Amino acid sequence: MSEFKQTFNSSLGKKLIMALTGLFLCTFLIVHVGGNLLLFKHDDGFAFNSYANFLTHFPPIEVIAYLLYFFIILHSVYALVLTIKNRRARPVGYAVTTKSPTSWSSKNMGLLGSILLLFIVIHMGDFWFTYKYKDILPFKEYRTNLATNQTTASEYKPEVPTFERSISTENNVEIVRVKDLHSRIQWSFSHLWYVVFYVIAMVAVSFHLLHGFQSAFKTLGWVHKKYDGIVSFIGTWLFAVIIPLLFALMPIIYYFQSLNK
Amino acid sequence: MSHENMNLTLKVWRQKNTQTSGKFVTYKAEGISPDMSFLEMLDVVNESLIKKQEDPIHFDHDCREGICGSCSLYINGRPHGPKRAITTCQLHMRSFNDGETVTIEPWRSTAFPVIKDLATDRSAFDRIQQAGGFISVNTGGVPDANSTPIPKVVADEAFNSATCIGCGACVAACKNASAMLFTSAKITQLGLLPQGQPERWSRVQAMVRQMDEEGFGNCTNTGACEAECPKEITLMNISRMNNDFFSAKLFREEHTHDHSGNG
Ligand code: SF4
Ligand code: FES
Repeated sequence: MSEFKQTFNSSLGKKLIMALTGLFLCTFLIVHVGGNLLLFKHDDGFAFNSYANFLTHFPPIEVIAYLLYFFIILHSVYALVLTIKNRRARPVGYAVTTKSPTSWSSKNMGLLGSILLLFIVIHMGDFWFTYKYKDILPFKEYRTNLATNQTTASEYKPEVPTFERSISTENNVEIVRVKDLHSRIQWSFSHLWYVVFYVIAMVAVSFHLLHGFQSAFKTLGWVHKKYDGIVSFIGTWLFAVIIPLLFALMPIIYYFQSLNK
Repeated sequence: MSHENMNLTLKVWRQKNTQTSGKFVTYKAEGISPDMSFLEMLDVVNESLIKKQEDPIHFDHDCREGICGSCSLYINGRPHGPKRAITTCQLHMRSFNDGETVTIEPWRSTAFPVIKDLATDRSAFDRIQQAGGFISVNTGGVPDANSTPIPKVVADEAFNSATCIGCGACVAACKNASAMLFTSAKITQLGLLPQGQPERWSRVQAMVRQMDEEGFGNCTNTGACEAECPKEITLMNISRMNNDFFSAKLFREEHTHDHSGNG
């Protein structure tokens, strides 16, 4: 077996992969939540739709996106392999379940991760797949008066079925025509069960990262008294509170907005 | 807490040998002094079993003062019983209530097969140790005692790791039956000191490889090991081991990889 293969087949090598892919996914969440904050703007989805359009048409992002899907799969597959090995390491269980003082999330990473995987599949199917591969999304036209900087939105019916987007300027008015993912989001988040599912998934994100972020640092061996405080602060506040909370607010706010229509 | 003698119900795992499967058998432990250790309580029960010409309960023990690591026992869901930072031989019966039912199980791990009843074969730990848990010392003139300066903080850390008694409670407590706390303590105690440097990178690889071969599970940083370790070995040891392992595998010269014994 080659040196490299040997490394990644060892117990610690598998843990290394879990930690690195996990941290990559954590960083992605920061970008994802940052971009999606545009959903909180009251502009008929102008900023958000432009952003979604940019993401899907900018080649470097495409590459990173495929890396991201690959890492999600890698993280899940290795989790499964490690779990199977761990089960085999204790074929006869204890009659009295453990009373050792440990955190709930650290003992339920598999369960939390499974919820997240299910969520990711549904979430991507609903937005990403629909956006890229299904022709059911409507288009919107945004007209911005460059003098007053006021934007009006209206439906747009493309003349050719292959239409993707267009940006043009006429008489000091900027016209942007893009796929209206925003309307799809409004529609999805007007269903209560869907909102509940999203909120549950965000609770799972919170608990998964409450353990996962700090655990990754331990696995990598990046542990030092000087930095432990910062790592646990970021792991707790940023990844287990702020990010899941912001994500969860999106479906909740859109649901309440749908009630007011 | 009473000073009266107490009566307990014991649910004890009985298993004839490695090949057969075992089952729980219930025993009465009567007239137990709260000042007895847990092992002495089992001695009392065993004497009554011997008098009745029954097979006594097998369990491991040796020093009975918390230093050898022989005694094990998973008591009411915790290795070495309910108290922190002690071994089973240091556990007193005053930690239990009169009339309580106490469930006693062996360490459960593929790598620690049950020999009989509560006694398990922990020689997997010996093999991990033999794979690299040593330093090479050349013979020659006796060196001056303090010729190698070692900062006190480093010496303290190394000695803390060296207090591991190889009891296996970490494996028993871990939901993954991982031996990483033990292995990392044995790697760290040498890796931190100057005397351990020549074999530092080969040691970590050899010991981790042996640990994997023995069929232990994989650490998820849950921390049950640290909470149950009678010697309070910390998770920090595991991080140190990981760091050394990745460093050895990914950044060290190839030839340092195979000079510890069987390559
Ligand atoms: S690390 Fe602690 S629990 Fe594990 S074998 Fe050593 S002394 Fe026992
Ligand atoms: S018998 Fe030696 S540590 Fe308990």
